[in-house]
Amino acid sequence: MLKIYFQRFKQNKLAITGLVLILILAFLAVLAPFISPFDPAEQNLAYRLESPSFSFLLGTDDLGRDVLSRMFYGIRISLTVGLVAVFISVIIGTVLGLVSGYFGGWTDTIIMRLVDIMLCFPTFFLILLVIAFLEPNIYNVMIVIGFTSWPGLTRLVRAETLSLREREFIQAAELLGLSRWRIFFVHLLPNVFSPIIVSATLGVGIAILTESGLSFLGLGVQPPTPSWGQMLTSGKDYIHIAWWLSLFPGLAILITVLSFNLLGEGLRDVLDPRINE
Amino acid sequence: MLVYIIRRILYIIPLLIGITFITFGVMHLAPGKAIDQITDMNIKVSSESKARLAEIYGFDKPWYVQYFNWFKRFVILDFGESFKDGRPAIKKIAERLPASLLLNILSLILIFIVALPIGIFSAIKRNSLFDKGMTVLVFLGFSVPTFWLALLLMLLFGLKLGWLPISGLRSLNYSEFSFIFKIIDLARHLVLPVFITAFTSLAGLSRYTRSSMLDIIRQDYIKMAYAKGLPKSRVIFRHAVKNALLPIVTILGLSLPSLIGGGFIFETIFAYPGMGRLGYEAIMARDYPVVMAVGTIAALLTLVGNLLADITYAYVDPRIRYK
Repeated sequence: MLKIYFQRFKQNKLAITGLVLILILAFLAVLAPFISPFDPAEQNLAYRLESPSFSFLLGTDDLGRDVLSRMFYGIRISLTVGLVAVFISVIIGTVLGLVSGYFGGWTDTIIMRLVDIMLCFPTFFLILLVIAFLEPNIYNVMIVIGFTSWPGLTRLVRAETLSLREREFIQAAELLGLSRWRIFFVHLLPNVFSPIIVSATLGVGIAILTESGLSFLGLGVQPPTPSWGQMLTSGKDYIHIAWWLSLFPGLAILITVLSFNLLGEGLRDVLDPRINE
Repeated sequence: MLVYIIRRILYIIPLLIGITFITFGVMHLAPGKAIDQITDMNIKVSSESKARLAEIYGFDKPWYVQYFNWFKRFVILDFGESFKDGRPAIKKIAERLPASLLLNILSLILIFIVALPIGIFSAIKRNSLFDKGMTVLVFLGFSVPTFWLALLLMLLFGLKLGWLPISGLRSLNYSEFSFIFKIIDLARHLVLPVFITAFTSLAGLSRYTRSSMLDIIRQDYIKMAYAKGLPKSRVIFRHAVKNALLPIVTILGLSLPSLIGGGFIFETIFAYPGMGRLGYEAIMARDYPVVMAVGTIAALLTLVGNLLADITYAYVDPRIRYK
């Protein structure tokens, strides 16, 4: 089965492109201290707002910090926020979805109404609200994004579980008298993996976008930690004289989020049995 | 049909209560009491007058009494007065809502005009160059940070080329214009916000249309239509598209919150007089009554949007009614 998936995945050039870009980004993030030409926090007021040149490949910002070095460190922030936030929402979404679909009844009704209620609010509004009242910092950003983005996944997992519950192998497991928890983790969970993987991959992209938006509004990662969104904010005041401060961080966000989306969409194509016959 | 509609409306009640619980809960748990907001700046305020204020606003009562009082006023859409200027919160929203609705409706129309053909043709010509190109295009829109795109386009069209105004909804001398020029002025202000909103939300609808079409194309009745010898265009547009588009009505309702939510950053950049900017400013100023009002109204709009979408869906697809 895995071999078939792998074959199909190899044919999907867009997904491969996404995966390769993500691997490169991860690589750069790990190597950031070694490949950065300068210390990302080092201010050099003699070199304020230098345009891109051989000594500063992407120029310098208003405090004379090297943009390229800050961009490398920014990858770490974006990937961390994306992965941690998605990890939180996947755990919540999967557990609630499985419980809701498998146990049904009142549990199901309550969980699904909660999902409906959450989906009525613009997610960004809820996030903005909670972060503004808490202290805006990277930990709160990750946690709040994670705790507000599970409802969609819960619906998916529940739908999948509902159809699995009627299948012979689950009914056989019940007849054999296996405990509910065993059925839960050993028989149900592995079979709902594909929608989870797809929505998690797409979720990383969305979380990175949300973080950059929050940082842009000054409610995300706080200076001096280099985050792309926050680099954009401080750069936008100099947009007339220093275009590179606004262009490069935005491009970096775009490429990163696009990679995750292309990979997620490719995985959906590969893992969805209906599309491939 | 009537039974379905009544059932669907009854179903809204628990959601409505849930929505008020969440808005009230978030506000109530927020650190920093609302009273401090009003009194912190004024050193002359004694603790007795603080207590008196608390009594006026009812902050000295237990939370369920506060919630009940708040709910009673919520029913008649009274959200209290803004801490900032003392005007009723609902009035402030009523001023901003038309601009937000205008922007969202225009964007939705544009999204439909562009996304449906993209989805349909991508499905018909699956894996073609067109399909791949469009996949990349719609995902570019989905992945681009809205505020960044807005900044760049403002710089290009507003400052460098000088073709379009970069902020607000009306020019300063708007009131002197004749009717036609008023419309043109409005349109010029709307071009960038509508384009950006539509471009960044193309992905959802176009991908949905594509997969819905892919599903339908493989159905037996489509094969049957081909087997009858009907020309391809007739099969696609008369038989397939019609059925593929049915569930898309529901997407309309679901896309509302993200459209409203997208406005928070980008209405701020464009100084667009919509609900998003009002909400953002209220959150930053901890203007509790306005924040609660914006949250509740946004959620209510979504509820109504979903209700209308579901009823339309049940109307066009009889199978839904009897589930």
